[in-house]
Amino acid sequence: MTVSDHSHGSTAHSDADHARTFTVRVLRQETPHGGGHWETFSVAYEEGMNVTTVLQRIAARPVTTDHHATTPVAFDASCLEEVCGSCTMVINDRVRQACSTLIDALLAESPGGIELRPMTKFPVVRDLVVDRRKMFESLKRVKAWVHVDGYQDRGPGPRIFPREQDSAYPLSRCMTCGCCVEACPQFNDRSAFIGPAAISQAILFNEHPTGRADRDARLEVLSGVGGIVDCGNSQNCVKVCPKEIPLTDSIAKAGRDTTLYKLRQWFGR
Amino acid sequence: MARQHVVVVGGGLAGLAAAMKLAEAGIHVYLISMVPVKRSHSVCAQGGINAVNDVTRQQGDNEWLHFDDSVYGGDFLQHQPPVKEMCDWGPRIIDLMDRLGVPFNRSPEGFRDQRRFGGTLFKRTAFAGATTGQQMLYTLDEQVRRWESEGLVEKFEYWEFLGLILDGRGECRGVVAQDMFGMDIRPLAADAVVLATGGCGLVFGKSTMSLICTGGAAGRAFRAGAKYANGEFVQVHPTAIPGTDKLRLMSESARGEGGRVWVPRKPGDTRDPGSIPAGERYYFLEERYPKYGNLVPRDIATREIFDVCINKGLSVDPKTPCVYLDVTELTSEAHKKLWGILEIYHKFQGVDPRTTPMKIFPAVHYSMGGLWVDYEKNEATGGLVLGSPRNQQSNVPGVYVLGEADYQYHGANRLGANSLLSCVFAGLIVAPSIENRLKSLPKGAAAESPVSLFDQAVLPHKQRMKELMDNKGSENPYLLHSELGEWMTRCVTVVRNNKDLKACLEKIGEFEERYKRIALSDTSNWTNQNLSFTRALEDMILLARVITQGALQRDECRGAHYKPEFSIPSPDADDPAKLKAQAEKWCQAFKTQTDKWLKTTIADYSPAGPKLSYEAVDTSLIRPRPRTYGLKGAEIIEKTWKDMTKPFSSPRTEPVAAGRG
Repeated sequence: MTVSDHSHGSTAHSDADHARTFTVRVLRQETPHGGGHWETFSVAYEEGMNVTTVLQRIAARPVTTDHHATTPVAFDASCLEEVCGSCTMVINDRVRQACSTLIDALLAESPGGIELRPMTKFPVVRDLVVDRRKMFESLKRVKAWVHVDGYQDRGPGPRIFPREQDSAYPLSRCMTCGCCVEACPQFNDRSAFIGPAAISQAILFNEHPTGRADRDARLEVLSGVGGIVDCGNSQNCVKVCPKEIPLTDSIAKAGRDTTLYKLRQWFGR
Repeated sequence: MARQHVVVVGGGLAGLAAAMKLAEAGIHVYLISMVPVKRSHSVCAQGGINAVNDVTRQQGDNEWLHFDDSVYGGDFLQHQPPVKEMCDWGPRIIDLMDRLGVPFNRSPEGFRDQRRFGGTLFKRTAFAGATTGQQMLYTLDEQVRRWESEGLVEKFEYWEFLGLILDGRGECRGVVAQDMFGMDIRPLAADAVVLATGGCGLVFGKSTMSLICTGGAAGRAFRAGAKYANGEFVQVHPTAIPGTDKLRLMSESARGEGGRVWVPRKPGDTRDPGSIPAGERYYFLEERYPKYGNLVPRDIATREIFDVCINKGLSVDPKTPCVYLDVTELTSEAHKKLWGILEIYHKFQGVDPRTTPMKIFPAVHYSMGGLWVDYEKNEATGGLVLGSPRNQQSNVPGVYVLGEADYQYHGANRLGANSLLSCVFAGLIVAPSIENRLKSLPKGAAAESPVSLFDQAVLPHKQRMKELMDNKGSENPYLLHSELGEWMTRCVTVVRNNKDLKACLEKIGEFEERYKRIALSDTSNWTNQNLSFTRALEDMILLARVITQGALQRDECRGAHYKPEFSIPSPDADDPAKLKAQAEKWCQAFKTQTDKWLKTTIADYSPAGPKLSYEAVDTSLIRPRPRTYGLKGAEIIEKTWKDMTKPFSSPRTEPVAAGRG
């Protein structure tokens, strides 16, 4: 009488599934400076499988379809439930989270197999691991925090109405996963564009009753080089955001707020 | 003179709370984390954070009752002073989180909204949708980023903690860490080290925990001489979604908002759940526990779901055991509040839980046990002496432990929504404790230690890495891990018995042997995740032994540790005199059990295997009593127990001085 006799059937698949395999092509790169090359793996199908499971199965048996013993594919993953933002990669030409991308859906749209590539807007560290430090640095630039006097007890925060919470909470779910900047044509190594995620965070804190104190400092960054004017309004960001954050609303708001901010500056106020 | 530094390992809620509070005090912090701190496991906490609030207060609630619920829910295994202090701090911690910008849900008038969680009758839980942990983590991440930009915090993200650096007197002088990209191993000098490295769910293979929750850091500190306490207490959450790579949590808040757990009364009923009439549904938690209903404490809900599926054959899926968690009858407003978790079900199962009941089953969720830490009791308040360098300090001088990595706050079973509280609380109070420790040390002691101390500390880790790289064995770390997980899940989770536990210990012995023949499939010197995982596997096997040995030796039922061989049969006689006699017998057996087992299990490392000993629990504030949630004969047991213990205990109330200090 124990759990796993009957547990969440890790290997419980029907006979029909058992023999079924599918192909996974992975763009690999050993070091940041090496070029990429493709490796193909054959993976046994399991019911309910996602892309992170596929990478775990490859790690357990890193042998390519042409019987070449290789290394496990390096990839970032942690929570596996699409709240940590780690496992962003380009899956069948679309940037998304590996954990919430289910194999059934992928095979339905492309029965020939699955293709995994690292994001292209960040330096590749190894295989599917990329260096997204740039995004966190942008959060520093826009002062994405509420600056309080200190952490001593000063009673509750400001009264906030449900309507305000309703608009803050969706922005606050940003995982800094990088999907939006990967899809953004303006975000690349030839441009200084700060990207949709950071703009949206600036708006989140500008709307907070206390965060508002640093409003002008944030608008100054957004009006400067790589700021809001660099947005080409392709609206790709909002389409790929796994958390359905209204990024284009934030960008529109940032556009209005920076204009007003500049006007106020011209009039010396 | 060199500046003093503190190393914080782990950037979840506890680590970040400590880092920001230390930075505020002007102390320089090195923050080490295997992942960018914003991706820490705290993001997975869903339901909320507990504290007494203005509304519950008017319903008769107070900090003392929160404290009582916490120790009663934990089956009295916690030392009481730290738990009392934590509950006293609850309201102020939520106020602080509120000021820092956590988007807590709001009432129409703009106050913070609260929901009810398990093990209490009050709506104490503040929440931000159904992603409260994520929201709180982000808020603290933002605060720490601010300190980073002011130069007080220096982050080492994608760095892995490998071990402690101890001087000749056994004092901690820093840590050894490895860059997970470049694989460089180096020492970091520190005058105090904080381990806020989370739980060890991966010991059980699949759990609700993130892939980083291996217990690796705790295992490494344990090897260096830190005591590990109450390892056998592992919370199995009643409601998780089965998956191939993870068992995804379905928060207690689903039930807090009115979700109901049921199965069809008829075994193997294949009808669409929506078409099964109410009379043919078995709402087993509500029927068996009328007072708490679907919100009984987690260990009880878990055992009942397990019982209904495994023993009663009422699973709703023939392939895998599971029951319905039904939120289909909730309002769209409630669905909105729960969207963060309903979305997870929707995305991963492809079924909309707003219209179809979810299928769920218990999964390993939280390590109540962890590294042993000290505290200093304030005799006047019953709480803690704030700022005492002893608070949160392990038995290794200079090493502090916080959050899920410590053992201190949740006893034998954690109440839902108490973990976020314990993490932030410990993070906030450890800062003045460390500050006082630093004041007592010669300035810059660590950085000015002889270079040889650091050089020598690094060597064994480099050697270990080389050994692993050179090993030419036949064992595959991923497959060995999955076997370990299956054994631990089968033998050391919901229902435990000594026969299985002994078999599991033997198997762990085999795993230890097989580990010696482990072979890496990647021997490169760049971003080698294979090496990192294989190294952590050794720690997982070590902790598996601590957990299983503790479970084997503890011959009783307490909280999450359920060993039916040693359960006390409930009074069930119809005849009042017989019932009374049975209850007296029950209470006698309970007293004997309490005298013997109301003790903290302490494990000390030795190369031949952990040595267990037992330490008395400080129950000076609330006298232990039988935990009788839904127990048959609860009333008569409670009455008999009161009569039995009358001569010793006058009814205790909150000491006057212990208000909101």
